[in-house]
Amino acid sequence: MEQIIETVHEGETEALGQTVGRLLFPGAIILLDGDLGAGKTVFARGVGRGLDVLAPITSPTFTLLNAHQGRVPFYHFDLYRLEHEEELFELGIEECLDGDGVSLVEWASKFPSYFTWPALTVTIRSRGDTTRQLELYAESKHYVQILQALIMGR
Amino acid sequence: MREPLILGLETSCDETAAAVVAGGRTILSNVIATQVPIHQKYGGVVPEIASRHHVELVNEVVAQALQEANCTFADLAAIAVTHGPGLVGALLVGVNTAKTLAYALGKPLVAVNHVLAHVAANFLVHEVIFPAVCLVASGGHTSLLYMTSRNHATLLGATRDDAAGEAFDKVARVLGLGYPGGPAVDKAAEQGDPTAFDFPRAFSGQNDSFEFSFSGLKSSVINTLHNMKQKGEEPNSADVAASFQQAVVDVLVEKTRLAATVKDAKTVLLAGGVAANRLLRQQLETKLRDDGRQLLCPPPVLCTDNAAMVAAAGWDLYVDQKFAGLDLNATPVLDTVWQSK
Repeated sequence: MEQIIETVHEGETEALGQTVGRLLFPGAIILLDGDLGAGKTVFARGVGRGLDVLAPITSPTFTLLNAHQGRVPFYHFDLYRLEHEEELFELGIEECLDGDGVSLVEWASKFPSYFTWPALTVTIRSRGDTTRQLELYAESKHYVQILQALIMGR
Repeated sequence: MREPLILGLETSCDETAAAVVAGGRTILSNVIATQVPIHQKYGGVVPEIASRHHVELVNEVVAQALQEANCTFADLAAIAVTHGPGLVGALLVGVNTAKTLAYALGKPLVAVNHVLAHVAANFLVHEVIFPAVCLVASGGHTSLLYMTSRNHATLLGATRDDAAGEAFDKVARVLGLGYPGGPAVDKAAEQGDPTAFDFPRAFSGQNDSFEFSFSGLKSSVINTLHNMKQKGEEPNSADVAASFQQAVVDVLVEKTRLAATVKDAKTVLLAGGVAANRLLRQQLETKLRDDGRQLLCPPPVLCTDNAAMVAAAGWDLYVDQKFAGLDLNATPVLDTVWQSK
């Protein structure tokens, strides 16, 4: 199932992330892609807020992983600087993906063969200076239900 | 009598570094095994490579630091190590090395916050009069701190999204200028017009905020390049680099100056890798001089990651006997520990 949503400014992208965050369950995975400056961290911040994370949510480009505590743990990954799949093991990403927190992975599409877990895939495309098109895609049941709830709530 | 010696260890990102500092201020050795040449071809720090190289280099770097300081393990008073924030795999190399040394030698271990270590680089070269305001700007951090003593800092504000150094790296990448982005943009900007593009300055003019945001600036640079290419225009990289750098510097200068005024700081400190940026140093120094304040910053070798700054920060913890246990762990996100405890 696929859903395309357009946002006209950053605040809307964050709000959409927040709505998605509220609908997520422990163990949920979001794979997030989009070019530099598309607004991935903005969307991720919204997801964190939807999970009741109160701490600042900043770019994990440098640290690769920022772990936050909300109503469940929120693992915010950024694979921008990684080049090889083996580096994902060093990060301990599997432990997070298999755990009871919510994992959000920026630049997941760099490693398409690695991310075989059921997930909600979000792709952000720039459609102007501040307008963004968000493509949300889900195959497995729990994530399809999230997309359905998202449409109902809009 | 010789002042107590602290061995500092730093492996939080791409540098494997060890240093011996006497009495918290005299650098006896400062060894940095830079990994930048390895990373250049990847356009950024590659963590797996970083961790592996830290493991390969750390013992050699420690041995060289002791040799250059003309001392042995037995002469050390304590071992200081960066335990966060940073890359977890990389941090663990330093933390485990330090724990092993502390245990084997029966010496105290002190755990240093990387951001406060950057600040402490100033204590190695300057007599700092407090209260002070400090801007720490690097690849991973952009924070304004208020300090009432060497080991008491409170956070005034920090970036809400990207760090200043990260913005430099990403803009350098979209301009094809290479890595590390800071020096590359600095160099390209020399030939450019800083007024060619009017890039946004987030939170500028808001006198009650010490927050930063560089994500919008990054997006604006990308949009500008994209829009020009669509019109068939070839952007002048030097002009883009100069205008981008000016936007970053304007915001850093404005907020630091504001913090110094509000807090009536006796001195203003600059720290972190971005402190090596020439335009930032010049403009901050000039503006602060207008206000009757002095800017202190470390020489470039102490701005980027090094272990002398870790030993300097560790000195205060050692004096206060704030030792870490052998259960010390790497802490990748250390965003609330601003006061040594």
